[in-house]
Amino acid sequence: MTTVTAATHAGVAPPPAPPRRALRTRLARHWYAWAMVAPVVLVITVLVLLPLARGIHLSLTDATELNSGRTIGVNEIPATYSFVGLDNYVEVLSGADGAFYPRLLWTVQWTVVCVTLHYGLGLGLALLLNRALRLRTLYRMLLILPWAVPPFVAAFGWRLILNEQGGVLNTLLGMAGVSAVDWLGEPLAAKVSVIMVNVWLGVPFMMVALLGGLQTVPRELYEAAEMDGASPWQRFRAVTLPGLRPVSGTVLLLGTIWTFNQFPVIALLTGGGPGGATNILVTEAYERAFQGIRDYAGAATYGAIIASMLVVFASFYRRWLQRHTGEVLG
Amino acid sequence: MRTRGKLASTGLHTILVGASVIAVFPVAWVALTALKTERDTWSRPGELGTLGLDNFGQVLGDTQFATWFANSLLVAAGTTVLGVLIAATAGYAASRMRFPGQRPLMWTFLVTQMFPAAVLIVPLYNVMARLGLLDSYAGLILAQCTIAVPYCAWMLKGYFDTIPVSIDEAGRIDGLSPFGTFWRLIVPLARPGISVTVFYSFITAWGEVAFAGVFLQSEGHYTLPVGMATFVSDFKAEWGLLTAGSVLVMLPAAVVFFGVQRHLVAGLTAGGVKN
Repeated sequence: MTTVTAATHAGVAPPPAPPRRALRTRLARHWYAWAMVAPVVLVITVLVLLPLARGIHLSLTDATELNSGRTIGVNEIPATYSFVGLDNYVEVLSGADGAFYPRLLWTVQWTVVCVTLHYGLGLGLALLLNRALRLRTLYRMLLILPWAVPPFVAAFGWRLILNEQGGVLNTLLGMAGVSAVDWLGEPLAAKVSVIMVNVWLGVPFMMVALLGGLQTVPRELYEAAEMDGASPWQRFRAVTLPGLRPVSGTVLLLGTIWTFNQFPVIALLTGGGPGGATNILVTEAYERAFQGIRDYAGAATYGAIIASMLVVFASFYRRWLQRHTGEVLG
Repeated sequence: MRTRGKLASTGLHTILVGASVIAVFPVAWVALTALKTERDTWSRPGELGTLGLDNFGQVLGDTQFATWFANSLLVAAGTTVLGVLIAATAGYAASRMRFPGQRPLMWTFLVTQMFPAAVLIVPLYNVMARLGLLDSYAGLILAQCTIAVPYCAWMLKGYFDTIPVSIDEAGRIDGLSPFGTFWRLIVPLARPGISVTVFYSFITAWGEVAFAGVFLQSEGHYTLPVGMATFVSDFKAEWGLLTAGSVLVMLPAAVVFFGVQRHLVAGLTAGGVKN
């Protein structure tokens, strides 16, 4: 995307053809590129855009498991759900369903806390590892380990550790004189638990990415800053952080998206419980669609709302990217 | 550089050792629990009981673990091959050619990459149900392509951008078609990038929980996350089996991971910011 912008600005694109012959000229000039992207366009249209349109349509109806068309044996039961306009959106966004705003608030808290901790801890560890240090390679390998664990496996392992009865964490706390905590059964403790597990999973990526970024900051800048009598903190503020900006921007974006969409950790660790307390928007939508009487319309409404939030987020990102690239090029 | 004081050095190592312990402990604990042979020793963390490989024998012999493992491999491989194959040409076109529709296309890649399964899962479920693709590998592979294709295209475009355009120009002068240039010159050069893309989409598909959790319905078709979740439910707690299974999943994953992790970071951040 950035190169697209750069190239267009650099004037690589040919001047537009006169309107009469436009289509034919464009076809002659671009058929090759279009042919090369055709398979992807086809797949995205069929698997993403059409289902998305269908989802938006569903969100305007009152479809549930009971009134959707289905086939039982040889009998085909026709769909009987009806169009209800924006009722679902009104219900969700007015807060009448009682879940949306608490979930949204928790999703934001979850994303902000997790990404902050990911980044903060990752940066701290990267700074430590960026020094001349004995056993550096060993530390790096050990610290990177959580990233090598598939999230679903990590969720299972942590459930074992966090078990109220006989979980090793409570045993360790017991030895320190702290009474047992029902880590996955109390709303607040469950929130702390899912954040803890997600932080454990996410720090290594940040650490490695930022370590790579640190190594690209020119040494001379540090030396110059030191000559000028800058304190370590000043050097960090004036040299390290600006030097890390390109990497930071990317990893913060990725981290935000990954955390916002983090399905396995919450679904497998707490299942959204207790009482939905740890459900983020993504798991909430999933639960509506596939638990109890399946509320397809409600889930589709959540899906549409999540998708529009992401589109807004992505356009801010794109703007940031363009400004950012402009700086780099200028 | 000044040398560090003894105190500072001790502090540094203390923090790093502490962090390493936190990073390693859960994995080590799972491995240790897997080796405890007596039933329910998992619930008494202080005890070791007898150690042995019984749980591994049991999970491989008495459960469908091996089938789930194979299912996961099949689905992940299918998704990866389909995703990378389709996405590679598009990534190349987006990297090298200027064409109308390019910006909307990149925009779609960016946004759909962010879509969580929750956005598409209901309509996809309905579509799969109508096509009779529920509970089939093909259906799951197609569903997972909604994640893999935009992601692969975006990432591969990032890689192709790092390969100098002069190589393409040389190829064109030698009479290769644009596709020939792509296939004969760029693909071999982009092999490190392609292999990271392959690896990353593979592990994403392999650990995918949301689609697999509802699309697969019979136990013989489960993938690992769905199958292993059945070991510990409200009704039973076969932690021995679950931990042994976890170790069997982690080992190959970790070996491959440590092989490619350096490239992985470069690959993941390449698509986002270029300068």
